[in-house]
Formats: sequence, C-alpha cells, structure tokens
Amino acid sequence: MEKSLLSGIARWIHGEISTLTGSPLLSDLVLIVIGIAALLGIISLAAIVFTYAERKVCAFMQMRLGPNRVGGRFGLLQPVADMLKLMSKEDIMPAGADKVLWALSPALLFVPAALVYAFFPFDAGAVLVDVNVGVFLLLAISSQAVLPFLMGGYASNNKYSMIGGFRIVSQMISYEAPLLFSLLGILMITGSMRLEDIVLAQQGGHWFLFLQPLAFIIFLISAIAETNRTPFDLVEGESEIIAGPFTEYSGMRWALFFLAEYANLLTAAILATTFFLGGYLGPSFLPGFVWFTLKSVAMVFLIMWFRWTFPRTRVDQMLSFSWKALLPLAILNVFLTGAIMYALDLV
Amino acid sequence: MQLLFFLFAFVTVIGALGMVLSRNIVHSALFLVLSFIGLALIYFALQAPFLGAVQLMVYSGAVAILIIMAIMMMGRADMSISAPVQSLSKRFVGAGMAALIFVLLGLATTLTPLPISSAAGSATEAQDLAVLLLSNFALPFELAAVILLAAMIGALMLARGGNAS
Repeated sequence: MEKSLLSGIARWIHGEISTLTGSPLLSDLVLIVIGIAALLGIISLAAIVFTYAERKVCAFMQMRLGPNRVGGRFGLLQPVADMLKLMSKEDIMPAGADKVLWALSPALLFVPAALVYAFFPFDAGAVLVDVNVGVFLLLAISSQAVLPFLMGGYASNNKYSMIGGFRIVSQMISYEAPLLFSLLGILMITGSMRLEDIVLAQQGGHWFLFLQPLAFIIFLISAIAETNRTPFDLVEGESEIIAGPFTEYSGMRWALFFLAEYANLLTAAILATTFFLGGYLGPSFLPGFVWFTLKSVAMVFLIMWFRWTFPRTRVDQMLSFSWKALLPLAILNVFLTGAIMYALDLV
Repeated sequence: MQLLFFLFAFVTVIGALGMVLSRNIVHSALFLVLSFIGLALIYFALQAPFLGAVQLMVYSGAVAILIIMAIMMMGRADMSISAPVQSLSKRFVGAGMAALIFVLLGLATTLTPLPISSAAGSATEAQDLAVLLLSNFALPFELAAVILLAAMIGALMLARGGNAS
C-alpha cells in the first residue's frame, strides 16, 4: 500500500502501543477509538467553520460585510456566539407531541450522517472501514436519513412539520435514484465499489470529472437535493411551511439538525471529491489529505455559491425534474459509458 | 463473532416484539424498521456486507418509509381507531393461529439439517451475485421486475381513479 502521512502516523501509534502493552488487539481497539474521535472532530469542526463561512460567503455575494462584531474585524468568534445562544435557549416540547419519537428524531438523524464518514478515504490507506462494497454501503446508510426527518415531522403534532416530513420523503427518494445511476458509469470503468480503488483509478489527472462530465452534473444536483439545500430546500421552505420538520425544535435539539445538515454538506463535497476530483491524489509537494481538504472545501464553496444564487424551486418542478430529466440522463450516461467501453474493447 | 450475533439478534427480536405489542401503529411501523436494521446488522456480522447494504437500502430505506407514510397519511395512530373490533374470541383465534405458525416454523427449522459453513465471506460477493442473477436466475429476476412494474401501474391507476383522462 502506498505510504501517506496519515496512515504513517496510524502505523506509528499502532506500533508504539503494541510494544507498550504487547497486545496487537488492544492497539487495534485504541486506533479505532482514535479514528472515531478524529471523524467526530472533523464533523464538529466542519459545522463550526461552515456556519461562519456560510454567513461570510452569503454576505460576499450580497455585497454585505457579514459578521464583523464578535471577535475582531472579521467576526471570527461568531460561531461561538451562535453556540452560546443555542445553548441558552429554552427547550420547548409542543403539546400533544409524541414525546419519545420527538426526542429521538434529531439524535437519530445524526447517526447516518456521521456513520458515512467511516468510509471516506482521507488519504492513501487512511480509511476507518475498508469494505469492497463501500460505495453501495455508504449510499445505503445515507438513505437511512429520511426516516428521522419524517419521525420529527410526525411527532411534532404540527401540520407544517408534517408537510415538511412528506416533502423530505418525496424529495430524498426521488433524488436517490439519479444519484445512484450517475455513479454507475464510474463503477463500470473502475470495476470496483471500493472507494480507494475509485480514487486510484483517477491517477495521473484522469479525473472522472473529465471522463464523466454528465454524471458529475447529475451527481452534483442530486447531492444538493439530498442535503436539502437551496435551490431544493423545500423541506424548510420558510415562506411556505415555516421550517418544516424543525419548526417545533429549539435550542440544542435544533442544533443537532443543524449539525447533521452541515455533516451532510461536507459528505456531498467529499463524495464529489472522491468520485470526480481524484480524491487525495495530487502533486506530491503537498500531502494527500491536504489535497483532499482543498478539493472538498472548494466543493463546499461551490454548493454554497449555488445556495445564494438560485431561487427555491417549486415542489412539482423539483419532482418532475428528477424523474423526467435527471434519471433518464443518468441512464443515458450508463448506456453511453457501456457503449464507449465496448467500442474501445475495455470490457 | 457469536457475541455480535446475539447482540444483533436481540435488536431484531426487540424490534419484532415491539411491532406486535405496540399500542400505536406508527410506533409499530418504526419498530419494524428497527427489526429490519437488526437483520442488516446480522448480515454484516456474517461477512455479507452487500446483502446488508441491500437490506438497509430496500427495506429500511424504501419499503419501511412507504409503509410509515401510508400510515401517517391515514392519521389513525391509535390501535383502538385503526383496529376498532377487538373481541375476546378474535384474540383467541389470532393467538391460536400465531402459536400454530410458530410451532410449524420452529419444527421446520429444527428438523432441517443446516450445515454450518466454515468458509469466510467472499470478497467478490457482489460479482458472484450479479453473475448468478443474470445467468441461472435471470428468469425469476426479470419476472420479479415485471411484477413490481405491474404493481406500480396498478397503484398509479388506483391513485388517479381509473378512468381519469
């Protein structure tokens, strides 16, 4: 396996603990715990940075200044102020709510959002869970995010929450199909569902962005819809249904929804990086995970850019766009990929 | 490994029991999802990640959501509304039939010799399944697809009211 800084550090820790305790099993366990802690750290850090970045990017696009009071000229402590505000809020439970489901919903939503991080190759060999069917397993786990939303919408005993819950089901199920089909072309070319194999197939600058441009566009649109961001944020749709499933949540419960949303945003960016932008591959003057971070942050910026430049779509437009435009195009992409592979004798 | 199996089996059984015993039909459906997820975890423990992922995606990702949405749309969460007739005689008949099915299934599984395979999980699980599905089992595979398509068209006809132009 190719050496990288992250996997080198992991091997070093593993070796040290093995010599200290004399038990490879224990050092495996410690390494797994460190890995999980690192992933949770990445998610929390992303949420902190993105709350700030979103305000700044939004302000930049709307020719405003954005946060500029808390923590110096650039408002760098704004996320801290946000957090303090959220923690000091009263925790209100609506009357007639289904108490258990209502309380479970935000916590359960965070589980699939965090779980998918275990499959990402942050660097050569730096994968917490390396499975042969990585891509499929990852998408299967992220598809579990639909139910907690619906639970929250139902348990809130509020018609706007309920409508939001139904909207999220139709939206996420509709966009899951083109998302899956857009990745099939890549899977056909690499012949593997392991994420690291997909990254390695893009060596020498043969990014799938260039080989599969149609798939990239379909993937990006579907991924934005799956993360419920503008132009597909019908689930929240402030002007129509207040805040959808989140309407009745306040304080830290609401913050968990928020955290899951930013975790999903980073997931979409990381998936785009891994599948289409060559993952951690890049010129060797920077370590792999730095390239990985740079590409992912660039993708996050692109998705934020979409948010502040496109207006919200209508529900019927959003659904028919998925089934009548994206899905046929994604299937066409699979056929084209197959035909070209056959013509070039790659099968 | 065995410990993991018992842990996941416990989750699955809790889900199944909760589904049957819950007084609220929405809770029943959610317990069913727990049971689905427990089953997927058992697949993972048996080193069949592909089957586990299929279980997650198809059952708890799609089928369960359709069931729950249908239930929520009807808005009859409490069992006393969704199943109003609950006479004692019906309960006895139901319990008897359930016991009968349980005994029959128990007999069938205990009497069938099920050799324990010592083979490790296949690294090419997905490929093996794909080859089988498109060669030996191509006809059942396609038939299942046709049945699903027919069901989908039927559901659309029902939803749109048959003669709608």
